[in-house]
Amino acid sequence: MADVLKKVPVREQDPKVRATNFEEVCLGYNKEEAMEEATRCINCKNAKCIEGCPVSINIPGFIKEVKEGNIEEAYKVIGKSSALPAICGRVCPQENQCEGKCIRGIKGEPVSIGKLERFVADYALENDIKPEKAESMNGHKVAVIGSGPAGLTCAGDLAKLGYEVTVFEALHELGGVLVYGIPEFRLPKQKVVAKEIDKVKELGVKFETNVVIGKSTTIDQLIEEEGFEAIFIGSGAGLPKFMGIPGENANGVFSANEYLTRNNLMKAFDPSYDTPIAAGTKVAVVGGGNVAMDAARTALRLGAEVHIVYRRSEEELPARVEEVHHAKEEGIIFNLLTNPTEILVDENGYVKGMKCVKMELGEPDASGRRRPVVVEGSEFEMELDTVIMSLGTSPNPLISSTTEGLEVNKWKCIVADEETGKTTKEGVYAGGDAVTGAATVILAMGAGKAGAKGIHEYLSNK
Amino acid sequence: MYKIVKAEKLADKIYLMDVEAPRVAKHCEPGQFVIVKLDEKGERVPLTICDYDREAGTITIVFQTIGASTEKMAHLKVGDYFRDFTGPLGCASEFVNEDIESLKGKKMLFVAGGVGAAPVYPQVKWLHEKGVDVDVIVGSKTKDMLILEKEMEAVAGNYYPCTDDGTYGHAGMVTTKIEKLVEEGNKYDVCVAIGPMIMMKFVCLLTKKLEIPTIVSMNPIMVDGTGMCGACRLQVGNEIKFACVDGPEFDGHLVDFDQAMKRQQMYKTKEGRAMLKVQEGDTHHGGCGQCGGDE
Repeated sequence: MADVLKKVPVREQDPKVRATNFEEVCLGYNKEEAMEEATRCINCKNAKCIEGCPVSINIPGFIKEVKEGNIEEAYKVIGKSSALPAICGRVCPQENQCEGKCIRGIKGEPVSIGKLERFVADYALENDIKPEKAESMNGHKVAVIGSGPAGLTCAGDLAKLGYEVTVFEALHELGGVLVYGIPEFRLPKQKVVAKEIDKVKELGVKFETNVVIGKSTTIDQLIEEEGFEAIFIGSGAGLPKFMGIPGENANGVFSANEYLTRNNLMKAFDPSYDTPIAAGTKVAVVGGGNVAMDAARTALRLGAEVHIVYRRSEEELPARVEEVHHAKEEGIIFNLLTNPTEILVDENGYVKGMKCVKMELGEPDASGRRRPVVVEGSEFEMELDTVIMSLGTSPNPLISSTTEGLEVNKWKCIVADEETGKTTKEGVYAGGDAVTGAATVILAMGAGKAGAKGIHEYLSNK
Repeated sequence: MYKIVKAEKLADKIYLMDVEAPRVAKHCEPGQFVIVKLDEKGERVPLTICDYDREAGTITIVFQTIGASTEKMAHLKVGDYFRDFTGPLGCASEFVNEDIESLKGKKMLFVAGGVGAAPVYPQVKWLHEKGVDVDVIVGSKTKDMLILEKEMEAVAGNYYPCTDDGTYGHAGMVTTKIEKLVEEGNKYDVCVAIGPMIMMKFVCLLTKKLEIPTIVSMNPIMVDGTGMCGACRLQVGNEIKFACVDGPEFDGHLVDFDQAMKRQQMYKTKEGRAMLKVQEGDTHHGGCGQCGGDE
């Protein structure tokens, strides 16, 4: 009998092997493993895990079905709350959400809720289990801006309620950050993302790619000329930030967005695609979030020696523990308590190195994290040919600047009510990174859900 | 899918196409651009809008073959499709939002180099339709490379073709023509220069000396074209600007052209190699000894 205090281990690709390919790292549970792990759930009456889930999935409910081997039923339970379980099972920070609240976690390891969700969702994709459609259409038209996690969730929920939904996507592929941002080895594009979007299509949602709202048409025109009665804006984060240090415009300095977009959306890692990528041979990724880990692990797979350069210590790394663990296993070198001060450039304009200083942690700052302070006289140089800046993003003004009456806050994020997604403009709702600034897939999905609820209330009472 | 309804070769390596893209045609203004993607595996290629027909819902694009993607695009015929066609992107030219009467009081000079004639044309046409006539210099290497001549002549106030080799019009670079026009007593309030970066750089050096405010349209490397990736960043004065959302037009006297030209070289060798692969096809692996056989 397995140790009930521990999770059933999940199979992964060997670090040495996976460091050279773009195949998925985590292989997931099979049915036997999932059913065994499901027995660890004690089906709490007052289930804390549900409270920890931004979209309130009935977690003990679906795990009970898994325990009994009714995977299709389990999928239906999840489907009531989430349109994208195969994605969430892979990229949610479960350790801070459902699993973080699991009673099992007090004495041992929590139930592996994320891996179970993933198993159920993958089973549904492989066996083509259809989501439940609305019984009849209600005649109302809603437009959703952006096909990322917020938009897809909102569109899926509204379609289930009988709305005629059209999603407008600026890029040529559907999925937003799921496609351009998160790499293949963490979230397979064809096997998972495209198939999960197909499920949303099966609900009756229409999609139009290559439409940049604010340019190709505007929110006001969608309402006045195309007959949409309500709009949900889930347009995502936006413009990458740079440090503002000398040398940052040299050839070989990229935003993480550019590096990842070239590789993930444009598939530069596959030589049969035309878009090039300068993979680099010695790469520094500046930053410590999930995006930094994604960029670092991508560069590693493209053949580079990769350093994460982060100004605080390991404890403060904003990335998920699992991502940091995977990165280390694969051979990423962590230069912590280190901050760049200048990028060194050769005579042809290419990166040749980076000047850095060592940092130490001082008193906690406004964020509660200890403020990094420069260690006097600690300046040193790293020899590099590529620097990837992964410092977050600031909101894209394309929509806010072209929509009359849509208020933004001092950080230029769209102002929206957390419970309903309601903005300052009638009939217009918003959620996800466009509202909160860069956050996680599941928080964006939670906001998409809230937006759907808000729009449903608004159109029902109109 | 976006259907090609007209396809023409204008000059060596320069092609014109009309493409059905109703949303773009309805909203585009002079100064903006589009991004096209030929097929599943193609690059996102930013192209300037040369003309538009709001009623027919078509956009005219003009491009020069410079890499693998544009080389493949050159083979498209009427009835073929682009997989993707996005826009209009970037900001419209500043004058679009200016008062027409005040525009009529200004003396404007447009300077186009090579395929730069394509983005200059809709600006000159727009002004002409509003009753504002402007001077236009169009430069090319040689007579055969001069494009859109009839069209430009029809909408320009004064039209001055130039060729580097003297085979047609003014003999010499566009900068020498600007100097000449100014010497002849023309006083320009504003200059708009669009063409290769090196041309825009030298026009700006000259107009700075002549104290003519100058607007340039920048064409750096881009990926998404919506502000997401930052590949197109430029140093403009003390600021970093993204050509795709802040531009593509900027105050030419503030742009750091030397840096922009270096950034444009970023993938040059790779693109060049990719182009050779397309041109040479099966004979590509001929043992050149240069590419290591991996390209």
